[in-house]
Amino acid sequence: MTVLTIRDLNVVFSTEAGPLHALKDVNFEVPERRIVGIVGESGCGKSTLINAILGLLADNGGVTGGSITFEGQTDLVGLSPDKMRALRGERISTVFQDPMGALNPVLSIGRQMVNIQYRSGLSRAEKEARAAEMLELVRIPDARAALSRFPHQFSGGMKQRIAIAMALMMEPALLIADEPTTALDATLEVATIELLKDLQEKIGCSVLFISHHLGVIAELCDEVVVMYAGEVVERGDVRSIFNDPRHPYTRRLLECDPARQSSRTRNLPTIPGEIPDLRARPRGCVFRPRCDLAVDTCADPQAERDLGGGHQARCQKAQGLTNTMAELGAAT
Amino acid sequence: MSEAVSDPAPPVAPSGLWHQVRKVLREPLGAFGLGLVVLVVLGAVFADVLSQYEPAALSPRDRFLDPSTAHLLGTDQLGRDLFSRVLHGGRIALYVALVSTAISLALGIVLGLIAGYGPRWLDNLMILLFDALKSFPTVMLALALVTLTGPSLTAVMVVVILVNVPGYARIIRTQTIALKTSEFVTAAQSMGASSARILRVHVLPNVIGPLVILASMDIPVVIAIEAGMSFLGLGVRPPTPSWGSILNDGFANIRETPWIAIAGGLPIIITTLGFTFLGETLRDVFDPRLKGR
Amino acid sequence: MSDEPILTVQDVQVTFPTGGMVNRSSILGVAGVSLNINRGETFALVGESGSGKTTLARAINGLQDISEGEISFDGGRIDTLSRRAMKPIRRRMAMMFQDPVGSLSPRMTVGDLVTEPFRIHGIEGRNLREETARLLSLVGLPADFASRFPHQLSGGQARRVGVARAIALDPALIIADEPTAGLDVSVQGEVLNLLNDLRERLGLAMLIITHNLHVVHHVADRVAVMYLGRFVETGTTEEVFDAPSHPYTAALLSANPEPDPDKARERISLPAEVPSLLNRPPGCEFHTRCPWVQDRCRTVAPMPEPIGTRRVACHAPLAPGARPPGNQMETA
Repeated sequence: MTVLTIRDLNVVFSTEAGPLHALKDVNFEVPERRIVGIVGESGCGKSTLINAILGLLADNGGVTGGSITFEGQTDLVGLSPDKMRALRGERISTVFQDPMGALNPVLSIGRQMVNIQYRSGLSRAEKEARAAEMLELVRIPDARAALSRFPHQFSGGMKQRIAIAMALMMEPALLIADEPTTALDATLEVATIELLKDLQEKIGCSVLFISHHLGVIAELCDEVVVMYAGEVVERGDVRSIFNDPRHPYTRRLLECDPARQSSRTRNLPTIPGEIPDLRARPRGCVFRPRCDLAVDTCADPQAERDLGGGHQARCQKAQGLTNTMAELGAAT
Repeated sequence: MSEAVSDPAPPVAPSGLWHQVRKVLREPLGAFGLGLVVLVVLGAVFADVLSQYEPAALSPRDRFLDPSTAHLLGTDQLGRDLFSRVLHGGRIALYVALVSTAISLALGIVLGLIAGYGPRWLDNLMILLFDALKSFPTVMLALALVTLTGPSLTAVMVVVILVNVPGYARIIRTQTIALKTSEFVTAAQSMGASSARILRVHVLPNVIGPLVILASMDIPVVIAIEAGMSFLGLGVRPPTPSWGSILNDGFANIRETPWIAIAGGLPIIITTLGFTFLGETLRDVFDPRLKGR
Repeated sequence: MSDEPILTVQDVQVTFPTGGMVNRSSILGVAGVSLNINRGETFALVGESGSGKTTLARAINGLQDISEGEISFDGGRIDTLSRRAMKPIRRRMAMMFQDPVGSLSPRMTVGDLVTEPFRIHGIEGRNLREETARLLSLVGLPADFASRFPHQLSGGQARRVGVARAIALDPALIIADEPTAGLDVSVQGEVLNLLNDLRERLGLAMLIITHNLHVVHHVADRVAVMYLGRFVETGTTEEVFDAPSHPYTAALLSANPEPDPDKARERISLPAEVPSLLNRPPGCEFHTRCPWVQDRCRTVAPMPEPIGTRRVACHAPLAPGARPPGNQMETA
């Protein structure tokens, strides 16, 4: 069963300078017990996507087409705010870049973790035990004592782990993690990712993990969705995307990662050009204006090409772009 | 929140004065407020053209006349034309409002910048001073001052300035403190800019906007202070016309005719509403963060 | 050009006062570091938050007083100079700050921003309009950008404006604090290429401060890795990259992994948090997080010892390609 199915999702914001097509024909799934990564640069529509899923689009924006199906039955598009809130508390939870968004600075950690369980029907002592257990799971030392402390008494890494513990406490079916490690130091990031992976296995939930960091996505995720200018340009399992990318944007993006350049170079690869104005999308392929492989027919509407094994790329040349990243690296 | 506001290279938004004015006019309340303000300003500016009577010219035979084509608002207990007095009173009200607000702004900005950017002890001292000044009730302040100097237009303006400056300075100070450690100010320091230059070029343009909007919302308060002090005889001295003193005449002679009180009260209401609506619209359009102040 | 270094930092310490009137004490932000940068050389300071790298940069730039040591620039001591006497030095030493957009005055146009150094230093007789055009073209921005405001720029464009402003007065040294922070991967390369290019054309020396070792790889000649205000490893970029000797360097290098799902498991995880500066660990200050920790590390502070071109402060420097000992091994 799939936990989340997004079909032909379109989101449009009305702005002073005309309608802004922020998400266009977005398709992907989050299967049960899998970690799906969404990767893309700023302006690619990652945050709009999350807000659309959570029903938190800004007032000037709305879903103009498509569906977001949760657990095979509930369409989250047009769900009443009450029902959405109920889902958000128990079945879908979130972790954001800044853990203080989830933590109330004036309440103790224990109090907040007990409050979350208000629907569980457990006794207060049981709730506290559960809270301590969760803190142990996220490796907060001396969990019992930590319950009586306040958010500011923890370091940034610990706060984020506490936020993760709170998000997973009700054992949701889906955890949406929006750049949860971006604000952390690189060495802490590693530990936090490992922790997230561990917890996901223990609890058996699915994770939708949003990041701009390719390395983190490669490490954590089972499947990857690559977004560019509000469109899904490529998706598939993590090895297909990183070892056999078929969309020119994915290939260029992977090349740009400085970690990928094993030999020292004074001339780092870049993607020249700018992301298009979403008020005036280019005809056909959205990456066409920046793509060095573009031909005339790229101006026609592009369908997703199936490359087998769930690997899809929205590029007419996808079947032909088979040389691997290793060969690409050797060629440059 | 949405990427509509954070997409990589934001398009160049249309700017310019006309665009801003249109934004205000698009709000019904703003257009109404602007209309009232324009009406009052035009009345004050063209007072001599609009009314052929001298505001202070006595005409004992024409006492307590009802409104007519000759006297649009009638006459008062000394036979003076009320319409002319109202228009000229508007001059006084606007003069006091604009001059004292401008001086308050200038003082508030300078003091606020110094308190916010200067050393800690100076900031503490100035804050103490502002708070002390703010803790005086306006009426007490006015009474105390007038006792010392006698009633005058200057006294009214000094009271207004003393009332406004602490608040303005505090707003500027708070924002200056926030900007003091911002990267662009640090960058200016690292380039070798003097404190004066940093305050003038890098801090001031970023803190002045909200204050000007708030000050425009304070104008009705200033007009009310002027009218109030003149009503109490602490402000403009007769025979100079003021809405406050017209109102006072109206109360004294309410048994004879209601028109004097109406002539004194109506312009205060119109001006207050006009500036309030306009100020609120300006605030909503230009600085939604200030909503609810 | 003389052989004398453009910048010399000798045993510099920076302390911050903490506590109130009663329990006044101080913490060591920078705990005695020495470095020199030659003319035309790029030196990188690498470390995570709390490592003191930004504090050190601010001290060099005279924005932060030092409590011990000496800083010399272009042959003259500068740490003792008054603010007024420091002003001419600032013409020759430019600093770029972390936030590409936030380090630009929001109400000034790009044209005013890049010529602000001329106005600050009262350099008359130059046609500022021409200077704007020259500087913008040097950093690869079209001349019509001069009338834009910072909020109308993308991160990469704003960063270019910051670079243009930094090179306005032909400085001898540029201090760049996280020059790629807040930029997308595809733009990072652009900025680093630009810095490299300008360095070659203008013969600048650069001090680059970053938490990302991979960024350093392609731009820096020499590197210093900072931890809790001290250098744990310094040396030429090649040597540090090929075979990091300090465990912290190795952890940092592995913390930003290659986007390759099959290589991702080789990360070195540092589960513990960075110790507080208020409570520095005894012995080697990295021992609380070090996977290779030995008994004497807990009590005896290691002194920097030369290894090849490098100086490494570790009792047991790593052999090339060393993996963490058993219990820390990742499960593949």
